Amino acid sequence: MRAFLVSLLMAATAIAAGQQSNPYASTYQPPPGRPTVIRNATILTAAGPVIENGAVLLQNGKVAAVGQTVNAPADALVIDASGKWVTPGIIDDHSHLGVYAAPGIESLQDGNEMTNPNTAEVSAEHSIWPQDPQFDLARAGGVTTMEILPGSGNLFGGRGVTVKNVPSRTADGMKFPGAPYALKMACGENPMRVYGSKGQAPSTRMGNVAGYRKAWQSAAEYRDQWKRWRDEGSDPAKKPSRNLQLETLAGVLDGNIRIQNHCYRADEMATMIDISKEFGFKIASFHHAVEAYKIRDLLVANNICASMWADWWGFKLEAYDGIRQNIALVHEAGGCAIVHSDSADGIQRLNQEAAKAMRAGAEAGINLTPADAITWLTINPAKALGIDKQTGSLESGKNADVVVWSGNPFSVYTRAEQVFVDGALLHDRTDPSKQHKSDFMIGILPGVRR
Amino acid sequence: MRMCCAVIAAVAVAQTPAPRPPAQPPARRAASAPTVQPPRAGETVAITNARILPVSGAAIERGTVVMQGGRITAVGANVTVPAGARVIDATGKIVTPGWLDAGVQTGIMEIASSAEGTADESTTDARVSAAFDVVDSFNGNSTVIPVTRIEGITRTLVTPGSTGNVFAGQAAVVDLSGDQVPDAITKTPAAMVALMGESGAGVAGGSRASAMLRMREMLEDARDYAANRTAFDAARRREYVRSRLDLEALQPVLKAQEPLLVQANRASDLLAALRLAREFNARLVIMGGAEAWMVADQLAAAHVPVVINALTDIPVFDSLGATLENAARLSKAGVTLALASFDTYNSRTLRQQAGNAIAYGLGRDAALEAVTLTPARIWGVADRVGSLEPGKDADVVIWSGDPFELTTGPEHVFIKGREMPPDTRQTELLKRYRTIK
Repeated sequence: MRAFLVSLLMAATAIAAGQQSNPYASTYQPPPGRPTVIRNATILTAAGPVIENGAVLLQNGKVAAVGQTVNAPADALVIDASGKWVTPGIIDDHSHLGVYAAPGIESLQDGNEMTNPNTAEVSAEHSIWPQDPQFDLARAGGVTTMEILPGSGNLFGGRGVTVKNVPSRTADGMKFPGAPYALKMACGENPMRVYGSKGQAPSTRMGNVAGYRKAWQSAAEYRDQWKRWRDEGSDPAKKPSRNLQLETLAGVLDGNIRIQNHCYRADEMATMIDISKEFGFKIASFHHAVEAYKIRDLLVANNICASMWADWWGFKLEAYDGIRQNIALVHEAGGCAIVHSDSADGIQRLNQEAAKAMRAGAEAGINLTPADAITWLTINPAKALGIDKQTGSLESGKNADVVVWSGNPFSVYTRAEQVFVDGALLHDRTDPSKQHKSDFMIGILPGVRR
Repeated sequence: MRMCCAVIAAVAVAQTPAPRPPAQPPARRAASAPTVQPPRAGETVAITNARILPVSGAAIERGTVVMQGGRITAVGANVTVPAGARVIDATGKIVTPGWLDAGVQTGIMEIASSAEGTADESTTDARVSAAFDVVDSFNGNSTVIPVTRIEGITRTLVTPGSTGNVFAGQAAVVDLSGDQVPDAITKTPAAMVALMGESGAGVAGGSRASAMLRMREMLEDARDYAANRTAFDAARRREYVRSRLDLEALQPVLKAQEPLLVQANRASDLLAALRLAREFNARLVIMGGAEAWMVADQLAAAHVPVVINALTDIPVFDSLGATLENAARLSKAGVTLALASFDTYNSRTLRQQAGNAIAYGLGRDAALEAVTLTPARIWGVADRVGSLEPGKDADVVIWSGDPFELTTGPEHVFIKGREMPPDTRQTELLKRYRTIK
C-alpha cells in the first residue's frame, strides 16, 4: 500500500514537471524490492570475465556492487547461490508477446496491420495486451526486457516498443522509461507475397526497394518542411500539417527512432545498407538474418547487429541457407551477435538457443565461453535497443535486472530460479506466490494445477 | 503460433511445416554440394570402450557394440571384436540406438512456404482422404534428411499434412539413410492419421461434433463396404460418402492391425477419442496430447500410447492445461509415452525437448526410451529398431557426451549398419563461408 502511494506521488510529480506533454509516456514504476545480496555464485556479468564464487548487491533497484566480495547492509536479504550462476536479465530484441497474445485466436491477431505496405504510423504499444499469459512464461525463463515489434507483412510495419517484463494493467505501465522507439522494416518474401497476392505493389524485391525509397524521400521532404518552418520563425499560420506516418520516418532520419529490419538474405541486407546510406539513417539490427554469416564483414564495417536464431532454417527459400554456425561466425568476426526468439516458445529458453550456438561454433573451431555467450542474450540486444547504459550487464549503477540460475545456464537441465527486475523479485521457482498469473489464467480449469 | 511472424502466408499454413529434396542428382548441383559417399553396406564395425545405453536393458559402463551385414550382432561388456572389423574406440563416449521422431514431413516437403512443386504433404484433391499415402511422395534426396540424421535421428514417422478431411491419410516409418522407396521404408502403413479437437473441427465445418460425425460415418461405411464388396462392385449397394480407395485404406484400422493416430489435445477430446476407439475396436494412439496428463489414468487403463511435444506449454483454448510437466506426469501415471518434435526442419531439437522433459521431472531412462524403443513399439517396428540388441538393424549413434545436453553432439551415426557421411548442405555452406575472401 505504501509503495502504491509513493508511486502515485511520483506520478503526480511527473505531471507537475510538465511531462503530460507526452500522453503516451511510460508510467512504469519499479516494483517494490528490498536490498538483496546474492553470494557464492558463478557470475556472468556480460561486461568481462566470469567471476567465480562472487557476489552481487542489489539496492534501490540498481546493481550496487558486483565482485568477489561485496559489503551488504545488515537488513539485506541474503541468497546463498552456491553451485548456482547469476547473469543479467535476458533481453529479447524480437518478440511479439502481447501483440500475438495467447490463446492465439483470431481476435488476438494484433501484430500485422496488413492493409498498406507502409504503416509507419501504427505502434505496437497500441496492440499489446498486458494480460498475455506468455509474458509470465517468458519471465520464468529469465526474460526481463523485450522489444515488442509489429510483424513483417509490410515494408514499414510500424513502431516497436521496448517493455519491461512486469505485470501491469496497461501497456504504458510496461514501457521501458527512456527507451527509444523502433521502426520495423521488412525485406523479402513477406511483403511481396502479402501485397503481390492482392495485385498491388510491391510484388517483387525491386518493388520492395522502390517502396522503401519513395517513403524515405517523402520523409526527408517532410523533415525539411518542418525545419524550414522552424527556421522561419514557427509562424502558427504557416504550420505544416502533421503526418503520423512521415513523423515516424523523420524520427529515424533524426536519429531518435531505431531501425529493426527483418531481413534474411545477405544480398538484401547489403541493399538495405545502400538505402540507409542514400537517405542517411542507421540500421540498428538485421533480424532473423539467416545469412548474416555471408556478409559478417559488412555488418562489422557498418556497425550493425544481427539478431539470429540458433537453428531455424528451411521453412521458406530465404531461410534455406541457414546454418548452425551463424551466431558463432558473426561473433568471431567481431560483430554484434544477438540471439532472438520471434517465438513465444523460444523466448522461454533463449539460454538454450545460445548453448546450441556455442556447440555449433566449437564444431567449426570457434572457441566460445559462457562469458561470450551471455553477451548475445543481454548486452548486445541492449545495444541494439539503445538501452545499454541502463541495463544488459551487471555493473554498478545499472538496473538490477538479474537472474539466478540453478546451474550453468547453458545446460539443458538448468532453470531460472529467481528473476529480478529493477531489484524486485518477480519470479521465484520455489515460491508459487512469486509466480505471477495473468488475468486470463484466473479461474480457468478450476481446481487444476497446471 | 511459432511461425506467426517469420512466415506470413496468404493462406494458413499447416501447423507443422516441413521440407523436401533436391530434384537434381548431386553432380549437377553447385560445386559445393554435399559429397554423397557410396554406402558401405554390411561393413563390420566394432565400437569399443563405450558407455552403452541399449534401452532394452541396463547401461553397460564399458562395452562393445558390433555391427555386421547391416545388423547388430553383439552388445556387451565382454564381446570379442571380429577379425577385420573397423574398430572405433569410443572411450568417454556414449552409445545409444538411433532416435525416432514422429509427426513430421521429412522427405515429402522440401520448402514449406511459397515454393510450388516442393511440398507434397498436403492435397486439395477432395477425392483423397484416408487413402493418401506419404510413401508415394517420399524423396530420399531431400536436403532435410542429412541435416536431421547427423543429429542422431535415424528413423521417423512421416505423417500427412492435410487432405482437408478428418482422415488425413496414411503415415509410414522411413529411415533417413538417403535410400529411396522401397529400401527407405521400414513400415507402411504405420498409422492412419485422423484429426479431432480443434484441428478436426477445422476440416469439418467448424465443430468438434461434426468432425466426430464424419469420422464415425466413414468408419461405418468402411465396415459396411467390407461386408458387401461384391454388391458394391455391382452397384447394388447404397452410395458411400468417400471413395472405394478411402474405404479400403480404413480396413486395417477396423481390424486393429494399424493404429488410429488421432491428433487431439483437449482433455474432453481425448476422452471422445477413447469412446470412438472403443466403438470401432480401434487401436488408438494420441498425438499432440497437451492435456493428456489430465486424463492420464483413463489413457493408462485403456493402454493408449501418447505422443507429445513436451515443450508445449502455451495456453490456447484447445489446451488450456498445457504444462511442461506433461511428460513427467504421464510417465508417472504409467502411460506409454513417446516424444516428437512435430517440426520437420528442426526434428533435431528432439534431444533438447527430451532434456527439458528431464529438467521438468521425467526420468532419464524414461526420456531415452520415449525417443527410441517406445516409439518403435507404437509404430510396430520394434523388431527392427529402437534398442541395441543383436538381430536389430544397426541404427547406432556415438555421442560426444550426454545425448540430452546442448553442447554435446553425435560423432558417428549409423543407419542399417552404414556410417552416414557428416556432410549436409549446411556443412558445405559453412565450408564455403568459413573464411571470407
